[in-house]
Amino acid sequence: MKDPVDVLIIGAGASGAAVAWSLAETKMHILCLEQGGWMNPAEYPSTGRDWEAKFYGEWSSSPNVRGRPEDYPINDDNSPIKVVNYNAVGGSTVMYTAHWPRLHPSDFKVKTLDGVADDWPIDYDALTRFFEENDRMMGTSGLSGDPLSPLTHPPMPQQPLGLSGAIIGKAMNKLGWHWWPSDTTVATMDYEGRARCINLGHCTPACAQGAKSSTDITYWPHAIRAGVELRTHCRVREITTDENGMASGVVYYDKDGVEQFQPAHVVIIACNGVGTPRLLLNSASGRFPNGLANSSGLVGKNLMFHPYAQIYGFVKEPTDSNRAPPTCLWSKEFYDTDLSRGFVRGYGIQFGRGAGPVFEAVASEQKGILPWGADHHRVFRKLNGHRLAVSAICEDLPEEHNRVTLDPVLKDSHGIPAPKIDYTISENSRKMMEHGLARGREILETAGATDICINNPIPWGGWHLLGTARMGTDPERSVVNEWGRAHDVKNLFIVDGSIFVTSGGVNPTSTIQALALYIADQMKQRLANLFD
Amino acid sequence: MFDQLTLTPRQRQDLRTIAAMIIPPSEEYRVPGADDDIIQADILATLGRDTKQVVTALDHLSRLAGMPLADLEPAARDGVAQQFRISGGVAAATLVRVVLQCYYRDDRVLGSLGLELRAPFPKGHVLPDGDWSLLDPVKARGGSLRRTS
Repeated sequence: MKDPVDVLIIGAGASGAAVAWSLAETKMHILCLEQGGWMNPAEYPSTGRDWEAKFYGEWSSSPNVRGRPEDYPINDDNSPIKVVNYNAVGGSTVMYTAHWPRLHPSDFKVKTLDGVADDWPIDYDALTRFFEENDRMMGTSGLSGDPLSPLTHPPMPQQPLGLSGAIIGKAMNKLGWHWWPSDTTVATMDYEGRARCINLGHCTPACAQGAKSSTDITYWPHAIRAGVELRTHCRVREITTDENGMASGVVYYDKDGVEQFQPAHVVIIACNGVGTPRLLLNSASGRFPNGLANSSGLVGKNLMFHPYAQIYGFVKEPTDSNRAPPTCLWSKEFYDTDLSRGFVRGYGIQFGRGAGPVFEAVASEQKGILPWGADHHRVFRKLNGHRLAVSAICEDLPEEHNRVTLDPVLKDSHGIPAPKIDYTISENSRKMMEHGLARGREILETAGATDICINNPIPWGGWHLLGTARMGTDPERSVVNEWGRAHDVKNLFIVDGSIFVTSGGVNPTSTIQALALYIADQMKQRLANLFD
Repeated sequence: MFDQLTLTPRQRQDLRTIAAMIIPPSEEYRVPGADDDIIQADILATLGRDTKQVVTALDHLSRLAGMPLADLEPAARDGVAQQFRISGGVAAATLVRVVLQCYYRDDRVLGSLGLELRAPFPKGHVLPDGDWSLLDPVKARGGSLRRTS
């Protein structure tokens, strides 16, 4: 029998790292179990000549394609949007675009403002100082003063505009629409031990330079130095409970595949919007027959993805192609509700700088614009290095039929039931996506683009896994309370994207981490009566 | 394991033929076709996890052609290739992707495209800072966040 720890965190990704670092100052015995291992930047794709080919295999964003022992399979056959993630110390921050918007203050008041979904039990102001703290820890770059985004103070200047950014900026100015350089977690100068960006090109599958912030190189070194213990290659099967209905610890498989029991006084789940409901549902017991913390029946329900409607084309001028971070600018022109558009809520736009030659060839051949035969070479030279992309990231509203359950057949390498996704894109989202595509076409045509193609939705676009253990004050309508504690289990907390009430129309990682820091702060303030 | 499957001589022959139909050589651009020996060797050496799908695709191609693809008359060969791409599903898409990803990392091809023959790391790339005065109209227009009450 292992000695109990004070706090056991499951998952070492975006939120697990943040909460571990924040709680470390309490000097409690904190242990984090992570199913993946430490990353080795010397093995990242950009260190090799075959860097693009790796995206289709061992460095795919899909765990089903990668199929590493650290990954777990996901049955997403019944979803037009496929789940993507990464399992390692750093979690999906190892494999993301580093695009760094925040939810807007209005995103927390959706019911009040637009009469749909629910308001959050907290507001933007409750998170403000944690957004700022997180930006310092992750190390953000950007240009303060965007009139249509929450005020930020990035410690580093924005990325260069580049060739692609200039073309987009001119087009947006012609249309009179808002655009602004994105806040990113790409270091544009040397920062806290990280070297500045040298434009390796493809930020998404990990940064060999270490310029892109991922929690294995930001939060974790600080947390470990402060005394947090991190055990890698440990996959948690279930959370156990005692006779009082309190979490008593976890059963996990260690790096040798041996089943272990780790007792704990507090358990914090940080496994994302798919992994967290999977774990809660796999923790069903006599006392909790429908899964742990699931008296509301909402564990796994209200899954939100952010459907991405992408449109792209090719301009005569060269673009930045694969010679820069993939995203550079955003627009909030269509972010807020305007019912004359035929839908409620809105979307952010993110612009893509281009692609490398292999990606271009594969994608364009699949779309039928790159022919086979003698004309292949001429057409490829017209396309390659000339791509511009516009993506509408649409707010996905919560719907209970969009859900994560346990697959009755599929299991991971330890025999643990895998998650199953059932998801459909709503009519409101469809209209929003069509609107985004139409505006994107205007942008591209204004920029002089031709050979326009769409991805509606981006099929491998399930990066943002939200809403499946939502927060709220009503135990019948939510899984955790307004400071992240499970209504049903008073020493169980959830800090990842599954506690989102609504999704906003922006990438969520900044808000996920701010929430994790907020919950950690709430816990620290209540240590004397945490379980009351 | 990936390497348990190997391509038969006939499959290798069909792979070479279809690869040349996807990307023939070009004197104008001074590039080989995808049936080039070096590119074919790269394809075969790095099939890895794609081997099963590529074998499935080649089996499908063989059924459509009824004989070695290279032995068909040009018009019939074009018809088979077109049908293969339309009806071949994920397997055909995988075969085409494998051909493209090996072709577009060949030194001669990258050289013809004016691309440097190196990994992105550690040299990276230089990105022009650009003319930030483009942002002036956005700043001048201003705006505000939606009120929350």
